[in-house]
Amino acid sequence: MSKKVLVLGEVREGSLRNVSFEAIAAAKQIADGGEVVGVLLGDAVAGLTGPLFEYGADRVVTVEHPHLKQYTSDGYGQALLAVIEEEKPAGIVFGHTANGKDLSPKIASKLQAGLVSDVTSMEGTGDDVVFIRPIYSGKAFEKVKVKDGIVLASVRPNNIAPLEKVAGKSGDITSLTVDITNLRTIIKEVVRKSSEGVDLSEAKVVVAGGRGVKSEDGFEPLKELADLLGGAVGASRGACDAEYCDYSLQIGQTGKVVTPDLYIAAGISGAIQHLAGMSNSKVIVAINKDPEANIFKVADYGIVGDLFEVVPLLIEEFKALKVNA
Amino acid sequence: MNIFALIKRTFDTEEKIVVSGGKIQEDGAEFIINPYDEYAIEEAIQVRDAAGGKVTVVSIGGEDAEKQLRTALAMGADEAVLINTEDDLDELDQNAAAYILAEYLKDKDADLILSGNVAIDGGSGQVGPRVADLLGINYVTTITKLEIDGTSAKIVRDIEGDSEVIETSLPLLVTAQQGLNEPRYPSLPGIMKAKKKPLAELELDDLDIDEDDVEVKVETVDIFLPAQKAAGRVLEGELSAQVKELVNLLHTEAKVV
Repeated sequence: MSKKVLVLGEVREGSLRNVSFEAIAAAKQIADGGEVVGVLLGDAVAGLTGPLFEYGADRVVTVEHPHLKQYTSDGYGQALLAVIEEEKPAGIVFGHTANGKDLSPKIASKLQAGLVSDVTSMEGTGDDVVFIRPIYSGKAFEKVKVKDGIVLASVRPNNIAPLEKVAGKSGDITSLTVDITNLRTIIKEVVRKSSEGVDLSEAKVVVAGGRGVKSEDGFEPLKELADLLGGAVGASRGACDAEYCDYSLQIGQTGKVVTPDLYIAAGISGAIQHLAGMSNSKVIVAINKDPEANIFKVADYGIVGDLFEVVPLLIEEFKALKVNA
Repeated sequence: MNIFALIKRTFDTEEKIVVSGGKIQEDGAEFIINPYDEYAIEEAIQVRDAAGGKVTVVSIGGEDAEKQLRTALAMGADEAVLINTEDDLDELDQNAAAYILAEYLKDKDADLILSGNVAIDGGSGQVGPRVADLLGINYVTTITKLEIDGTSAKIVRDIEGDSEVIETSLPLLVTAQQGLNEPRYPSLPGIMKAKKKPLAELELDDLDIDEDDVEVKVETVDIFLPAQKAAGRVLEGELSAQVKELVNLLHTEAKVV
């Protein structure tokens, strides 16, 4: 049976995040031929609706209010609940991002609904949808069904393929006016610490360093390699604890979970806590002086050697590849 | 200050996961306090030591969870409550767990409730915010700093590496992120004292909860292990030749660059 499914679009620094397009693909699968409605909340989002249509939304609802300039669970909660009240969807898909993780349980609680968090793939369509999600830090997976009622899910970035973009596609936009009151939290300041450019949790290529990087400067060649490949730099807890880099780069059980197409681990031994944050990456390359390092057990390709010799050589080779391509 | 820490007993991080018949095998496994909940307990103790009051640790589970509650008492919590659902419920999901916790908490006049931002076993991260919503109180997730002054709270929230400085007020529920504090290890005197601290065991009846009111909204239909990866290839030869080969493999075989 076809269903109407909402997708909460997420805007970061003035543009939609990829995970929103991935969420549309997930919503299509739940909708099973039904309508997929993109939802955008913010202080000025009317100009951002285009990509939602291009990636498969049939319609878009926007709510604009000065109190939605920054995410708060109260403000976004009130706005999204108003949209739900108006649209009466049979499903809602969120990105499993900091804000999606914060908001989705509140909405689920308000609707007394089942919410499947951190979904990495799906089987079936419509009423038969089964969500697949990692448990035990990715050491196992579970298949989950929502028993009845509205279906809520949040999708982990970089796992569900977005639909093919249809350039220039558009559709109906509804602007909903919502009274947003009684915000109990005030955001005084946002401190940007993560690296400029590519978002680590959405990056297609991650170059990560561990204790073997030895110093803050030691991260420079890794940054150069990441930039060259259009990727982001990450780190193990060891490197963060040693103050070679900020904790915002940490990948692992505590820290970020990433699933890029290519993960290059340089000077990382591969503690189980680190593997929890990256072992589901599509292709893993390990560079380590110690041939017994645990990281080689999960790597697709390994080079036993000093990262300070290997990484500069890699940069040269990738540059050559780019020139020839 | 009336402070509650919601904690969960989880598999030890180092445990190998064995699946049989679509279920995780628990026999012989080591269990710990969910690591993120340790931050919550530590913060609860620090807030109490600064502002006075009482820390109660609460867990839903079977009798086995007593061990983790005793550990929390040994760290410095004052009282523990085990909500034992073993006999009453076959299954529990986030909706049900939040309902039970909220029913327990609703008449406790909590000023501050803390929990981990996620449990490392189920990994849903839903229960904290759901409990706050059911209680009608405010919440902030993945916090790395908490300063309480009277009834106002100043919080730093981790948002994927960036941070937000937030002002809000009590009563409040927060979920702990790594970096909030360094959880203490229970001291020997702490362990001795913990044996005498109150640990109450409640069942659904004690909370006036009817089994039929506990609604499980999602069901796990299968559990499986990730596909075994084929053994990786450790390259050989001159380093420069290895690098050439690697780039070639990534380009032509793995097709990721």
